[in-house]
Amino acid sequence: MSLLTVEQLNVRFHTPDGEVHAVRDLSFAMEAGETLGIVGESGSGKSQTMMAVMGLLAANGRIEGSVRYRGEELVGMPVSQLRAIRGRKISMIFQDPMTSMNPYMTVFDQMAQVLIHHEGLSRRAARSRCVEMLEAVRIPEAGRRIDMYPHEFSGGMRQRVMIASALLCRPDLLIADEPTTALDVTVQAQILDLMREVRREFGTAIILITHDLGVVAGLCERVLVMNGGQEMESGEVRDIFYRPQHAYTRALLAAVPRLDEQEIRRLATVDPSGAARAAAASDPAEDAGAAAPADGIVRSEPDLTAPPLLDVSDLRVHFRLIPPSLFAPAPLLKAVDGVDLVLRPGETLGVVGESGCGKSTLARAVLRLVPATSGRISLLGDDITLLDRLAMRTRRRDMQVIFQDPLASLNPRMTVGDIVAEPLHTHYPRTPRKEIRERVSRMLTRVGLGPQIINRYPHEFSGGQCQRIGIARALVLEPELVVCDEPVSALDVSIQAQIVNLLMDIQAEMNLALIFIAHDLAVVRHISHRIMVMYLGRVVEISDRVALYERPMHPYTQALIRSVPIPDPDRERNKAYRPLQGDLPSPVDPPSGCTFRTRCPHVVARCAEEVPVLRQLGASLVACHEAERVRAAIDRGEAA
Amino acid sequence: MMRPGMGVPSAEGTFATEVKGRSLWVDAWNVLRKNRAAMLSACLIAFMAVLVVIGPWLSPYTYAQTDWDNISIGPDWASRHIFGTDALGRDLFVRTLHGGRISLMIGIVATLVSLIIGISYGATAGYLGGRVDHVMMRIVDILYAMPFMFFVILLMVFFGRNIILIFVAIGAINWLDMARIVRGQTLSLKRKEFVEAAEAQGVSTFNIIRRHIVPNLLGVVAVYVTLTIPQVILVESFLSFLGLGVQEPMTSWGALVNEGAQEMETAPWMLVFPAVFLATTLFCFNFVGDGLRDALDPKDR
Repeated sequence: MSLLTVEQLNVRFHTPDGEVHAVRDLSFAMEAGETLGIVGESGSGKSQTMMAVMGLLAANGRIEGSVRYRGEELVGMPVSQLRAIRGRKISMIFQDPMTSMNPYMTVFDQMAQVLIHHEGLSRRAARSRCVEMLEAVRIPEAGRRIDMYPHEFSGGMRQRVMIASALLCRPDLLIADEPTTALDVTVQAQILDLMREVRREFGTAIILITHDLGVVAGLCERVLVMNGGQEMESGEVRDIFYRPQHAYTRALLAAVPRLDEQEIRRLATVDPSGAARAAAASDPAEDAGAAAPADGIVRSEPDLTAPPLLDVSDLRVHFRLIPPSLFAPAPLLKAVDGVDLVLRPGETLGVVGESGCGKSTLARAVLRLVPATSGRISLLGDDITLLDRLAMRTRRRDMQVIFQDPLASLNPRMTVGDIVAEPLHTHYPRTPRKEIRERVSRMLTRVGLGPQIINRYPHEFSGGQCQRIGIARALVLEPELVVCDEPVSALDVSIQAQIVNLLMDIQAEMNLALIFIAHDLAVVRHISHRIMVMYLGRVVEISDRVALYERPMHPYTQALIRSVPIPDPDRERNKAYRPLQGDLPSPVDPPSGCTFRTRCPHVVARCAEEVPVLRQLGASLVACHEAERVRAAIDRGEAA
Repeated sequence: MMRPGMGVPSAEGTFATEVKGRSLWVDAWNVLRKNRAAMLSACLIAFMAVLVVIGPWLSPYTYAQTDWDNISIGPDWASRHIFGTDALGRDLFVRTLHGGRISLMIGIVATLVSLIIGISYGATAGYLGGRVDHVMMRIVDILYAMPFMFFVILLMVFFGRNIILIFVAIGAINWLDMARIVRGQTLSLKRKEFVEAAEAQGVSTFNIIRRHIVPNLLGVVAVYVTLTIPQVILVESFLSFLGLGVQEPMTSWGALVNEGAQEMETAPWMLVFPAVFLATTLFCFNFVGDGLRDALDPKDR
């Protein structure tokens, strides 16, 4: 008998805008101990399927079909009986480990309630079980930390706690809904490692819901690809990745930039009309991307002899925090601590690093949205840190920004036309209305939307379209420099591919200089000419895109690159390495000497005493005392 | 267990030949229109407003005129005193409507005053932040600490009873709440990326407040206004009840309720009619406020 059988599952939601058919005729079965990956973009129904299995649908949802757990029908089962299965036989972990924990309860109180409720254990017995389980998920000092509150744990630690509490009753099935999406790539590698261990140790079957094909490739045995609420394809993981049958699967695989590919190709865009994505299918903007050639890549070739457009030297941004007590000195957060960079016209500088490494602050400081504490930022030869407010305001026409959250970066009360026209109104207030309208229309057409949308409002558009509007606004003044702060992180892979292609095309056309900040190393490698790796406010390595990925010099860069899951089951599984341990230290109280030394596998005594400076090594600039030794060890095949 | 944003995928906007946009206000209006209690209340308020304006002309009496033949009578069609008269023989129908004029006017004018001061003060403090914010909000705190009744009595003693003074007194207290609410909203709006985008474009501070901050505040403010109007009416009634309100023979609902309460045993109609008008209006404003809050709540989107 199968562990879980889903047959002809249909989920419908009644909304004021009509009925939404979230899951259509979905059937699958899984055996005990198996790992199934459910892959799809947002709105594909992958999460709703699992919510339906758990009986946790929103009040306006209706289920049809059958869900059987060990032959027992779950659809229509009374809640009192369902509770005996939920948490005990099937448990679930969610994307955001912060919001799935109660901030007012200690970790012990939250974990123990499951044991006390389901198994009738005493608090004492429950406590020893919880500590045991926390140790199993590698929480250091579990006996002490169990009495702490969720906010005292880092994101990765919290997700470990979530996994531990999900496993407390030894369930047969663990449903993980995007368990690593909110985490940094090095922490993601730790959690994925942990999930492999859990599977080995407890024999738990896992359903992994994710949008990340790399994660699936490394962890799952079988894969189910969903789109528009329907199954597109399902099968063994190697079949799906090496012999995809369905056009949607193939398109999805082609849309992801890969860290390991030799030739950089133009990203394929998923053709939604082939698949059942009704809403997006009627969208000419998204189709326009699909019509473009999928092979030839347009990459701007920056003139390396040209004088630099942007020259940042020794930039520091320090924030004074609120003092912990009345008489204590205010702690200093060194968000950016001595960064130098040079950017030429037409060049893209990628900036990567984990969250909290100061990459966004760097972007804001370069734009003078936060004041620099010290250092020089020279744009076209002028030091913009010295400009007064008015001169700065005029200067802003040369530098623009694109943000991460496409919808949040557009004023919901303004029409698209007004949003794109605002920079023109601001910098050229005497431009005739007609000319503004014309330039706005031209810009909207250029980013793949049309002039017909100027009277509409941002909330009427999808994420990808909103990002296009944001790009149009940034480019309407024809700036020299555009800072992109995680411009594709909030988008689905197919939309991400379109936006990346658009940015590259426009860059080549307008000879734009881009600073492209992202945590996705594959996307950064795809779009950038040079890449800068940051750790705790400092640059640890700068290199050109080929050298950085082929011969990373800094141990941190090496760890980052190795942490990225590759959407290739064989390569991903044969990647023998230990993920980087621990979390990012607090930037308020960074380690002495080399800030990376607390997590570095190659640490020596000197690292604690001396701050490494950037120095030339091969094609890279690297800030590591031991770079030569580390690199040589790797070249000899002694992987860390 | 539902996480926000995980519910139903919203139907995406489709491109057709359609050009006209659907603003958030239109969306809110569509939601509000379906709210029966709110719509009925809004109609009642409108009806009330029309009635208090034109009503007094429909009666042969004026609010200050004494009908010596009909002193303290109950509702009576024959003499055209449909709500009866008070102890001085003044027509209660006219007086109730006239009191309504004063009450509604105080409600609306005082709210407008607090709205204008509160929004500009709060948005400025919130957006500029830092030391400016600190100083501006401490001023608010100090004003808050002044005992309201003491303040009103002081004003009355110095300047005598005057309807303008009541506007000033109520407005001066009410904008403090508004400023605090607006400042709080502004603080959260300021961190939104579209405001940062505007800063990056070089939009001036004044234009950022005017184009990006204030329009996004209006939702919250609209709700607050509908809840402030009844509050102000109530405060005025309270003042009138204490005898600190409008001067005789002018009247307001509060003053009428005060008079009525004194004659409650002998002439109950003197209490019932003004009280019903006052209660209905307050009810209606609160229903509209509730409806607006539901309609403008961004969480439903």
